[in-house]
Amino acid sequence: MLDTIIQQGFNALQLGSYYSLIALGYCLVYGVLLLINFAHGDIFMVGAYVAFFSATALLGQYGFIQPGIPGWVVLALTIPVTMLLTSGVGIFIERVAYKPLRLKGANRLYLVITALMMGIVLEYGNLAILGASRKSFPSLVPRVLIEVGGATVTSLKLAAIVVCFLVFGLLHWVVTRTKLGMAMRAVSYDKFAVPLMGIPLDIIIIFTFFLGSSMAGLAGLLYAMNFPVLDPFMGALVGWKAFIAAVVGGIGEIRGALVGGFLLAFLEVTVAATFSSELRDLISFSILLGILTWKPTGIFGKPRTTKI
Amino acid sequence: MSVRFTIPTALCALLLGLMATAQAGFLGQYEVTFLCTMGVYMILAASLNLVNGYMGEFSCGHAGFMAVGAYVSSIVGVFLFVPDQVFGQPWLPMSMAPLAFPIILATGFASAALVGLLVAIPSFKTRGDYLAIITLAAGYIVKSALENIEAVGGPRGFMGMKKVVLGMEEMFPMSWMLLWVFGGVVFTVWVLRRFVYSTYGKGVTAIHQDEVAAEIMSVNTNKMKLVAFMLSSGLAGLAGGLYAYLIGFVNPASFTILRSTECLVMVYLGGMGSLTGSILAAGIFTILLEFLKPLEQLKWVAIPMLLIVLMQFRSEGIMGNRELSDVFPKLKRFYRFK
Amino acid sequence: MALLEISELTQRFGGLLAVNDFSVQLENHELCALIGPNGAGKTTVFNLVSGFYQPTSGFIKIDGKNTRGLKPHQVTALGIARTFQNIRLWKDMTVLDNIKVSQHYRLGYSLMDSLMRTRRYADREASIERTSMELLEFMDMRDLANEYPPNLPYGTQRKVEIARALSIKPKLLLLDEPAAGLPSSDVVELIRLVEWIHKEFDMAIWMIEHQMTVVMSLCQRIKVIDFGATIAEGTPEEIRNNPVVIRAYLGDENI
Repeated sequence: MLDTIIQQGFNALQLGSYYSLIALGYCLVYGVLLLINFAHGDIFMVGAYVAFFSATALLGQYGFIQPGIPGWVVLALTIPVTMLLTSGVGIFIERVAYKPLRLKGANRLYLVITALMMGIVLEYGNLAILGASRKSFPSLVPRVLIEVGGATVTSLKLAAIVVCFLVFGLLHWVVTRTKLGMAMRAVSYDKFAVPLMGIPLDIIIIFTFFLGSSMAGLAGLLYAMNFPVLDPFMGALVGWKAFIAAVVGGIGEIRGALVGGFLLAFLEVTVAATFSSELRDLISFSILLGILTWKPTGIFGKPRTTKI
Repeated sequence: MSVRFTIPTALCALLLGLMATAQAGFLGQYEVTFLCTMGVYMILAASLNLVNGYMGEFSCGHAGFMAVGAYVSSIVGVFLFVPDQVFGQPWLPMSMAPLAFPIILATGFASAALVGLLVAIPSFKTRGDYLAIITLAAGYIVKSALENIEAVGGPRGFMGMKKVVLGMEEMFPMSWMLLWVFGGVVFTVWVLRRFVYSTYGKGVTAIHQDEVAAEIMSVNTNKMKLVAFMLSSGLAGLAGGLYAYLIGFVNPASFTILRSTECLVMVYLGGMGSLTGSILAAGIFTILLEFLKPLEQLKWVAIPMLLIVLMQFRSEGIMGNRELSDVFPKLKRFYRFK
Repeated sequence: MALLEISELTQRFGGLLAVNDFSVQLENHELCALIGPNGAGKTTVFNLVSGFYQPTSGFIKIDGKNTRGLKPHQVTALGIARTFQNIRLWKDMTVLDNIKVSQHYRLGYSLMDSLMRTRRYADREASIERTSMELLEFMDMRDLANEYPPNLPYGTQRKVEIARALSIKPKLLLLDEPAAGLPSSDVVELIRLVEWIHKEFDMAIWMIEHQMTVVMSLCQRIKVIDFGATIAEGTPEEIRNNPVVIRAYLGDENI
């Protein structure tokens, strides 16, 4: 009994790590631009694919690199490559699609629509280019089984959980201790005062998208290593769920993203374990809806008072 | 002839023309289905425009309400007229079908409006991004609830509605669906137009532009939100019912986020707060979908790209918040709405 | 019975005591002012009166009716109208529509009436249209009926906002800094307008205002608050000579 609980607990922690990592990206962008970056879930998918292609390229699949590089070196190289390339995609979308609209001072809704459309473009663009066949991610490091209190956990699973908390710690440090991070928090309150403090708005926004997208890329890589089947729509559902998690935690608040992500994961795993996995979405979403109805700004979110 | 009758006359002429061309065989099954799909999309776009355009909220769960309407009207129709494993022998003879069909659609409307409460009540306290999530979650909840109800086929879906349509066609051979969809579109525009042009309905626009001022200037904002959400989701339910009978088959996978996104695309393509815009956009969108069919997957790259480009260069959509009569004021001489 | 009776009103926002033990009585047809330095809690008092916040303690009675638990639109229906510090007209609606929608509480027809276009709908809409046009006519703004607020000069927008508040037919009109942002030539006009409204419409007016010329020339009674608490009350002359007020608020400003 206890070992099942521990086993499920690890499952929930692992799932929560992905949700949290993606939710953090939603959160950062929302915190700075007050924009729901609906394309973010698909950035996660892009991350998984980027990881796939860089890993297979490094393994010598396409010929321009000689096969024979050991798995752990490939992994060590894949991580930064994935994060950089994925953040490149995120920043590219920001520059091309969001920035012009922002400069025109367009209604926030138009930005949201653009983001939504970008997500679809990424999904179907991928489908059209790479076809419907699923890609399976190569195993780079051997799976080591670790025994914890009667339950067995793979090293990859543990790695995902550890990475999530490390990233959160790093991010927390960035937004509370560094000048750029503090500027990020300040922007959401006063878009015009921050440039006066000597940091150009553009730099802050690019930095935000860099952070958010690279974390989505990292999440994509970890996800692909644990569930090694990739398809173009893998980001959609996970992304939407992570987004809901971010809102339940209190969007714009990075603690909220972490807590929301794990809360959703624990709910899902609990529902799947006690009822059935078909009821998972139904029950967990109903509970989240209840939380939002009861506390409309999420767990950590503070209501912005309307000034009259 | 008085200008009061221009619109009714034109509509009757259009309907008669359509029915006659269909009857004479100039419109095949394919064309009729295409026109009906267009009509369903028109209802969806116009109804979502009430919430997303006139009220300025961002609802992204429209497909959920459509699903409720589709399922409920399918079940009622099958229950009444078709022998079914789950629902047993039919209650009414098939000859009643043409009479009962509006009632079947009305049940879809009413049930979807009730499910609209799921979104309307949270909207009292929340707005903007948080409400967007609530609508999103509501859409998911509806979809996964349907997947879990074995009696309506679970994830496999539910069918039998075609028999009702065939039954009507047996009684009198004509394109019944064309008639019903046409009626649905006219009803939707009629209801929405009358609503948003009354001082009562303008309360919704007031909420959009300044909710605090609306509440303080005596608009009962909660009630207006309730009415707007329920009307909008009810009409989506009507569209769902028509869709179900048109396709003859419903399954939860037809009512995903992608469907809600289609509705959003049409609203913003046409312009927030313009009924003519929504109707026009729904027409263009359906034609585009059909036209781009050979592109297969790339269709869903092309359409969003088109909208992204539109957002960059004409963010307010085709019509902005104007109606046809604002663009061509001279038109007003020829008709009058009550 | 007083038109407005506020007794021991207190409002806290977390640790901040925005309004502290505030009491006041307003009679019918009175014209008085609420003044105080920035952040003294004046607008909070107005927000409490219009039902936008629920007071932490104390009560507000309008014509003897306690407003606790009422929504702002219900308070408005009791006959309290207000304007805002920053003009809050509905920007995409014409001036006429702004006035019409503000009569929502006495539309007198239902959703069904509006959909079926019943007799009642036609009668009520016609009557609202008529009273709205009369009001605009009366305030000399008839030709602005189909204009959109953002196209009007700032002073005119103020006037439209006041007209919108008047369309509620209030017993008490709350004006939140009506002269803010107006050039001095418009201020004189505003003083005349408020005087005229006070004379023509049978109502009490309570205003928050920073410009002393406005307050001193219009109001019969002035209440001064600072840090949420009343520090002085009296006629313009008394306030002018009150050393507490001079210290707390007027400082070395010359009146």
